[in-house]
Amino acid sequence: MTDTTMTNQFLETGINSKDKRTQKLFRLLFMLMTILLVLPVLIILTTLIVKGGGILSIDFLFTNPTNGMTAGGIFPALLGTVWIVAVALLISVPVGIAAAIYLSEYASDNWFTRIINLAIINLAGVPSIVHALFGVGAFVIFMGIGTSILAASLTLAIMTLPVVIVATKESLQAVPPAFREACWNMGATRTQTIQRIVLPNAVSGILTGVILEVSRTTGETAPIMFTGAAFFLPVLPQSVFDQTMAMSLHLFVVSTQVPNIPEALPYGVALVLILMVLLMNSLSIALRMYLRGKKKW
Amino acid sequence: MQQAQTAISGRLPDIDQRDLAWYVDKLLQFLVFIGGISAIILIIGIFTFVTIEGFGFLLEGFSFKEFFLSEWWEPTDEDEPTYGILALVAGTASVTGLAMIVAIPFSLGAAVYIGEFSTGKTREALKVMVELLAAIPSVVWGFIGLSIMNPLIIKLFDVPVGLNVLNAGIILGLMAAPIMTSIAEDALKAVPDRYREAAEALGATRWQVIYKTVLPAAKNGLLGAVLLGVGRGFGETMAVLMATGHAINIPGSVFDSVRALTATIAAELGETAVGSEHYQALFTIGIFLFLITFVINLTADLIVRGIRKS
Amino acid sequence: MVMPAEQAGVADSGQQAPAKIEVKDLSIHYGSDFTALSEVSLQIRENEIFGIIGPANAGKTSFLKSLNRMDDFTAGMRISGDILFNDINIRAVRNVYALRSRIGVVFPLPVGLPLTIYDNVALAPRLRGINEKAELDVIVERCLERAALWDEVKDRLNALGSLLSGGQQQRLTIARALSQEPEVLMLDEFSIAVDPVTTMRIEDVLKELKQEMTIILVTNLVQQAHRLADRTAFFLNGQCVEIGDTEDLFSGNVKDSKTQDYIEGRFG
Repeated sequence: MTDTTMTNQFLETGINSKDKRTQKLFRLLFMLMTILLVLPVLIILTTLIVKGGGILSIDFLFTNPTNGMTAGGIFPALLGTVWIVAVALLISVPVGIAAAIYLSEYASDNWFTRIINLAIINLAGVPSIVHALFGVGAFVIFMGIGTSILAASLTLAIMTLPVVIVATKESLQAVPPAFREACWNMGATRTQTIQRIVLPNAVSGILTGVILEVSRTTGETAPIMFTGAAFFLPVLPQSVFDQTMAMSLHLFVVSTQVPNIPEALPYGVALVLILMVLLMNSLSIALRMYLRGKKKW
Repeated sequence: MQQAQTAISGRLPDIDQRDLAWYVDKLLQFLVFIGGISAIILIIGIFTFVTIEGFGFLLEGFSFKEFFLSEWWEPTDEDEPTYGILALVAGTASVTGLAMIVAIPFSLGAAVYIGEFSTGKTREALKVMVELLAAIPSVVWGFIGLSIMNPLIIKLFDVPVGLNVLNAGIILGLMAAPIMTSIAEDALKAVPDRYREAAEALGATRWQVIYKTVLPAAKNGLLGAVLLGVGRGFGETMAVLMATGHAINIPGSVFDSVRALTATIAAELGETAVGSEHYQALFTIGIFLFLITFVINLTADLIVRGIRKS
Repeated sequence: MVMPAEQAGVADSGQQAPAKIEVKDLSIHYGSDFTALSEVSLQIRENEIFGIIGPANAGKTSFLKSLNRMDDFTAGMRISGDILFNDINIRAVRNVYALRSRIGVVFPLPVGLPLTIYDNVALAPRLRGINEKAELDVIVERCLERAALWDEVKDRLNALGSLLSGGQQQRLTIARALSQEPEVLMLDEFSIAVDPVTTMRIEDVLKELKQEMTIILVTNLVQQAHRLADRTAFFLNGQCVEIGDTEDLFSGNVKDSKTQDYIEGRFG
C-alpha cells in the first residue's frame, strides 16, 4: 500500500486518465447497485397499488370477511392489530425506557454493562420463531394465559424491546453531560435531573423510537401465530384475554390458506399492511429530520 | 446564623436527614436497574423456556446422529417417526447462502456509494429508501415471493415451480441488504477523514482512496455487517415459509424447492399436541436456532466492537 | 456551635470567625497514577471571601469539586482525608443532595440549562417546593439583578437559557447558583467568559454577598484575589504552598518565595 501511494506522489498532476476512467466506472457501478437495491421498494409499492388499490374502500376496511374469507373486508384483523400493538407498547415502552435510563444515566463502563448490551443485541437477533416458541412456553402454557392478545403482545413486546431501548438510550445520551452536572450541583437528585432536564430534552427522540416499534410490531407474524392471533375469528375481542385476528397473519392466511380467492383481495390486504408500516416509518423519519433542524443548545 | 432571606432557607432539607426526594431517587434507581437487567433475564428466560419445552425429546427420542445427519424429517410417520434436520439445515443454508450472494455485493456497493460518493440530498434520500426497505414486514416479502416472484421465475426460466431456492434467496437477500447496508455504512463512516485526506493529498483518486485506504480500514465492520446478515437469514421465518415451496429436499439446483428450519416450526407447531414428541422436537429445533444465532450475533458484536476500540 | 479545631491551621488574622469548611489532609487522585492534590489542610471561615490562586494544574478545581462531592459523578476521581462542612463530615452525610443544595458552584464553562431563563433561575427554588409565581418572580428578579443580567434579559425571560451568549450564560449560571441561597458559593474563574465591566459589577456584588454567605473564589487573576479576598491560598502542583491574609501576601509578607514570585508574575 505504501508503495503505490509513494509512486502516486510522482504522478504529481495526479490523476491520469486511466485512473479517472476506473473511478468513473466504479462510481457508476455502485450507483447502479444502490438504485437496484432501493428500486424494489418502489416496484413493490406500485405493484401492490395497481393490483390491490381497486379493492380498497371504507367498506373494505370496516366490514367483516365473508364467504370463507373470499369476500368482504378486514375489520377484525385491522382492529386486532391495533389491540396487539397497543398492549405490546404498554408493556415494552416503560420497560424499554427504564432500561435505557439505566444504561445512559447509571451504568458505568464495566463488564456488567457489556453483558446487558450483549443481551439486548441478542434479544434483537433471536429469530422471531424462537420468540414465538418462548411465548408459547412461557406465557401460553407456563403462566396459563392461554392463546390471547395478552400472550401475543407480551411476546412481541419482548421481541421489539431492543428497538425502544436503543432509540431511547441514544436520545438520552444526546443530552450533554454538563446539563446533568449543573443540575446535580444545585442539589437535584438524579431523579429530579432526569425528570426536569434529561427526559424533556429526549422525549421527541424517544417518540421516534416508539413509532418505529409500532411499525415493527404491526408487521410481525411468526411471534403471534401461536400465541394469540387466530386464522379466522370474525368476532371482535372484548378483552386482552381473547384471541383476535391480525393484519399480518391475515395476509399469510388469505395468500396461502384460502383457495379460490379473488386475486385483488390478498393484494389489498398486503397494501393496507405495507401502507400502515411505511406510514409509521415515514412519520418517524420526518420527526427525526424535524428535530435535527431544531437546536436547543 | 444566616438571616432568613426568603422562604427557601427554611425549606432546605437537613443534610443529615433523608427526605422524600432521597427515597424517591433510590426507588427510581432500583426500578431502572430492574429495567436494565430485563434484557439479561429475558435472554436467559427464552433459552430456559424453549429448552424446558424441548427437554423431554432431548432426553428420550433424541439421537444426535439422527437429528443432525438424517435427511428425513418425518415426525408424523405412524410406525417410526424420524427427526432428521439435515435437509432442513440444507434448505436454510442454501437460501441464506444465495441471499448473501445477492446481498453482500449490493449492500456493500450501496454502502460505498451512499457513504463515499453521494452527498447532501441524494444521500439523505437514499438512506431513507434503504430504511423503508428495511421496514417492509417479512410476511409482505413472503407474499411478494408468492405472487410476484413465483410467476416471474416460472416465465423467465421455464420451470414448473417458481417457489424455490432462487425465489427465497432473492427475497431474503433484499430483506437482509438494507440492514447490512446501514451497518456497513456506519463502518465506513468510522474511518477517520484524515485517512482519506492523507491519501488524496498524495494524488489518489476517490476510488483509489476507497479501495486502498477506506475499505481495508473498515474491513472488520464490513465483516460484522455480513455476519449480521447471515444471522438475519438464518432466523427469517415467514418469507422463507412462503417463498421456498416448503418441500423437504436437499437442493441440487437453485430451482429446487426446499424447506427451512424456521419455516418447519411455523408450519407444524399449530398441528402438534402440546408435550408430544413432535412438539418437543420442534422446540429442539428452536434451541438449535437460538444457539446458532446467539453465536453469530456474539461474533459479529465482538468483531464490530473490536474496531470501535482501536 | 462547638468548634473543636479552633486553633488548627494558620490562624493569624485578628478576629476569628468560626470555620465554615475545614479540610484535613485532603488528597485527590485521578485514575491510578495522577495526583491532583496532596495532603492539603485548611480552614475556610464563615462570611469571608477565600481566594485560591495558582497556575494551571495546581489542583484548584479539584479542590472545589471535592467540597460538594462532585467526585461522586466524576469518573476516576478519588478522595482521601476529611472535609467538614458545619462540623459535619461530608463523606458521612446521609443526604448528599441536601449538602449540594447548600453549596453553589460556578465553573468556568458556563452552562445555561435548556430551559427558559426564568426556569433556569427558578429551578432550585422549585426543587425546594416553592411554586408560588409571586414568590418565584421575586427570587428570579433578585438573582438576575445580582448577577448583573437582569437589565439584558428582563424582557425575554421566556427565551432559552442555553441559547444566550457565553458571557450571559455565565451570569445566568451565577444567578442560578444564588437562587438556591447557598451557605457557600464557590466560583471557579468566573470572569473568563465575562467582559471587564461586568466583571467589576459582579465583584461588587460578591463583596455584598459576603454578608450572607461564605465565598470561595478560585481565580487566575492575581489582582482579582487582591481586590476581593480576605484571605488567600496559593496552590502549586497539588500542594497548598501558603495561606495568609491577602494584605500580607500582597505586601510581600510571605513565608515561601514561590508565592512572591507567582504574585509578581514571574511564572504561571
